[in-house]
Amino acid sequence: MLCVVRNALGELAAKFGFSEQDCRAVVLAVDEALTNIIRHAYLGDSDRPIEASFRRLHLPRDGQSRDALEIVLEDRGARANPKKLCGRALEDVRPGGLGLHFIRESMDTVEFSRRWGRNQLRLVKFLAGTDGPRKAT
Amino acid sequence: MKISARRLDKITIFDISGDIDLATSPELRKALLHEFRELKTPRVVLNLGAVRYMDSSGVASLVEGLKASRDVGSRFILFGLNKTIREVLQLSKLVKIFEIYENEEQSVAP
Repeated sequence: MLCVVRNALGELAAKFGFSEQDCRAVVLAVDEALTNIIRHAYLGDSDRPIEASFRRLHLPRDGQSRDALEIVLEDRGARANPKKLCGRALEDVRPGGLGLHFIRESMDTVEFSRRWGRNQLRLVKFLAGTDGPRKAT
Repeated sequence: MKISARRLDKITIFDISGDIDLATSPELRKALLHEFRELKTPRVVLNLGAVRYMDSSGVASLVEGLKASRDVGSRFILFGLNKTIREVLQLSKLVKIFEIYENEEQSVAP
């Protein structure tokens, strides 16, 4: 099912106005996040529910209001271990542990929280070269 | 993801197509480890020209393959990397540890 999500998300990001490279970054980040949820929160069970919401926001950045895509992923799995949320040194050449690094490199904001028995991951990517909502004239 | 193998003299070329992700990377890992550890093939070449997408589990499989190749003194070569695959390897900062060529001719050259 991950490939279905990737294809849909790629189209969404393109419609949103992201460049091809940024579309790939958004797809990679969400794919890695979903993979982490399946692996760590649901211990490999890919049939458990993951809720995803996407919305366009106008957020302040560098003193301006900028368009951004906010993605929130929620799961009902095991509590995320904060010690495992810091990634690892890339100088250590070994398989595994790259997913979180990819997420952090691909998105502008990455926030983990635990609410009402759910893990929540909030990702934000700013749209390059926008100055936020146009004022009505 | 689909994997097909072409066996030449002392060289195996794996033609990979599709997506390398959580669901499919174990198959790639298994094929690579078998080729290095069991068959001890002197040179294994991965044709990634038809791979649309690769995630961190795919990169991890490549790293495992590379380590297995070093253990038995074989060469592990990648070619045909598109923009998406190259970006992922660059993001992992591991692009320099792999032997990467543009095409098959260079990859199988003596």
